[in-house]
Amino acid sequence: MRHIISILLENESGALSRVANLFSARGYNIETLCVAPTEDPSLSRMTLVTNGTPEIIEQIVKQLNKLIEVVKLVDLTEGVHIERELMLVKIRAVGELQRAEVMRLVDIFRGRIIDVTEVTYTVEITGTSEKLDGFMDAVGRDELLEVTRTGITGIARGVKALRT
Amino acid sequence: MELTGAEIVIRALKEEGVDYVFGYPGGAILHVYDAIHAQNDIQHVLVRHEQAATHAADGYARASGKPGVVLVTSGPGVTNAVTGIATAFMDSIPMVILSGQVPTKLIGNDAFQEVDSVGITRPCVKHNFLVKDVKELATTLKKAFYIATTGRPGPVLVDLPKDITAAKTVFDYPHNIKMRSYSPTLKGHTGQIRKAVKLILKAERPIVYVGGGAILGEASKEVTELTRMLGYPVTNTLMGLGAYPATDPQFVGMLGMHGTYEANMCMHDCDVMIAIGARFDDRVTGNLEKFAPYARIVHIDIDPSSIAKNVQVEVPIVGSVANVLRAMISLIREEGSQPVKKEALARWWRQIDKWRAIDSLSYEHSDTIIKPQYVMQQLYTVTEGNAIVTSDVGQHQMWAAQYYHFDLPRRWINSGGLGTMGFGLPAAMGCKLACPDLDVACVTGEGSIQMMLQELSTMLQYNTPVKIVNLNNGYLGMVRQWQEFFYEKRYAMSYMDALPDFVKLAEAYGHVGMKIEHPGDVEASLREAFAMKDRTVFLDFITDPEENVFPMIPAGGAHNEMLLAGRDAMRSTHEEGMVLV
Ligand SMILES: Cc1ncc(C[n+]2csc(CCOP(=O)(O)OP(=O)(O)O)c2C)c(N)n1
Repeated sequence: MRHIISILLENESGALSRVANLFSARGYNIETLCVAPTEDPSLSRMTLVTNGTPEIIEQIVKQLNKLIEVVKLVDLTEGVHIERELMLVKIRAVGELQRAEVMRLVDIFRGRIIDVTEVTYTVEITGTSEKLDGFMDAVGRDELLEVTRTGITGIARGVKALRT
Repeated sequence: MELTGAEIVIRALKEEGVDYVFGYPGGAILHVYDAIHAQNDIQHVLVRHEQAATHAADGYARASGKPGVVLVTSGPGVTNAVTGIATAFMDSIPMVILSGQVPTKLIGNDAFQEVDSVGITRPCVKHNFLVKDVKELATTLKKAFYIATTGRPGPVLVDLPKDITAAKTVFDYPHNIKMRSYSPTLKGHTGQIRKAVKLILKAERPIVYVGGGAILGEASKEVTELTRMLGYPVTNTLMGLGAYPATDPQFVGMLGMHGTYEANMCMHDCDVMIAIGARFDDRVTGNLEKFAPYARIVHIDIDPSSIAKNVQVEVPIVGSVANVLRAMISLIREEGSQPVKKEALARWWRQIDKWRAIDSLSYEHSDTIIKPQYVMQQLYTVTEGNAIVTSDVGQHQMWAAQYYHFDLPRRWINSGGLGTMGFGLPAAMGCKLACPDLDVACVTGEGSIQMMLQELSTMLQYNTPVKIVNLNNGYLGMVRQWQEFFYEKRYAMSYMDALPDFVKLAEAYGHVGMKIEHPGDVEASLREAFAMKDRTVFLDFITDPEENVFPMIPAGGAHNEMLLAGRDAMRSTHEEGMVLV
């Protein structure tokens, strides 16, 4: 099963490689990984999407907790949560017909055009991973010139917060 | 007053009560060596290879319970140390490794003797640090010792760029340290402890299964007290030997691949298993699918990730084993409770006695050729069971574990997790420095001993008299045994040709050498060697070349599928087992 694990860790050099190392050394999967400092600059927040049996996920959580730099973590998929991913995508847009069609799709998917040339549109779009996939399918994979995605970030619904 | 980084290192070591540092100098660490030169409190032991520094520090730590300290230079100094760091990591040994590094400005430039020490060691340390500011040095060293020695212990490396050991700052050593990201759970959950006690007292076919965590956690007293209170059979793992006295009638021997018949049968047939500081390693469990099919398991460990890693358990308890066991003991005492299934327990003991009667450690004696098992039995007799015994890796290691009965913790010192040949000799040196009043024996083979032989020189320099018991079978015996069983006797590269004359070799290093070829001389030679209190003696026992270690659970086998000496013909393991190591 797919799990989203959200981790608060010391914002120190090496912390990220320790996490990455753990996954490769123990043969766990990382589907996406997204990390940046938090409102407290001494802490980073990492969101990691992985999959595995309940036993493997239990081990992943325990092994992550064992890393000295990991301060706290939560498996978001255990509760109600919101997940988002940001995608920037450069799309071929040549001729009036195609340009209008892309704009229409951007509108439907609530994206934004952030750069324009005579032959391309660059679009910013956020949502669940499925939504981003859906957008790419709608535009047509052949029309995509370049795609970059941040990987999933997530947060729990309600008042509960992951903090030190 | 301001001190240099190098002086701060030495002051920090003093604050931590370090008396020995095992190391080897080189360019990047020279400032620290200069600071060592300027003082007399900490003795530096100059090994002949950095791997030996880590093994010696490791032996020192295992024998004393204090962290071992290693000092090496950058580049090859660190890479040479990696095997010993990994050895300590696998067995959860507290160790602090201080490594020199090229100056911060040169890091990343492929400078002379630069390696990414933090990167190379990351997978085999509990934690590591690169110090980038001399102001952080003291705190980092404090953290290193704190992390290495608390929770589940382990090696911690601190990488020290040369400019950091030269830079100056005020020395202010923190006496306590609190880390928001690290605080091991020490006290067990009361509810879980209650649940465990309830289950344990209702057992009909119990087994207490004790691992190295009981020794690291200083819990032998509690293990013994609880087990005696309950009257249950108890087995120790290879790492746990000595946690419960081996000569006690409740002890059923070591378990696992080369464990006793009765220990493994108890594991297989038990209805309640009390696992204490043990980690259900593959050498212990055998085939996981057939592991302890009837058992309800209580598992006590300080490391949550050890629990439910290989085997699902009914009552997990995270905490220091000594704390948790003390809580269990008081609970049982307060309630005046006792095991309830008296009749079933009596039946269980009768069954165990039947298994014991098989005498799985018996072997064929000989008047003409020295049997390695016999040497171990004589070693036990001659030292009256009081020696510290270190070992290398191979058949000799298993024979030492089987035939030397350890009644006390920290007397059996071996590389159980990584299985590092070359560990025994430098570890013995560390043990002797930690416990100068105890006899120290290093049980080894002619293969293993040649991996760290150069340390004979260090041992002369620092006067660490050790008795080296070389079970010389002319083979990489354990490899040969597997080839005999599983590769139809195709002995590929398991023969040790062109062996040196170990007697002359010992003498060349300034020690005493003895070659023993007849069973009748075994005891006398051991007595003679141990009588030479202040000499290192190399006893080269020429043993039966094709003796095998029994009992044996072939890889992929279950606890009740043991091969016994003289009973079972060598049969190949199943195909599934062949892919296991
Ligand atoms: C560094 C290292 N290399 C290889 C091995 C694999 N290995 C395990 S036991 C063994 C043979 C050891 O031979 P010896 O020291 O003569 O002991 P014996 O088994 O004959 O008692 C080998 C090669 C190991 N454990 N460690």
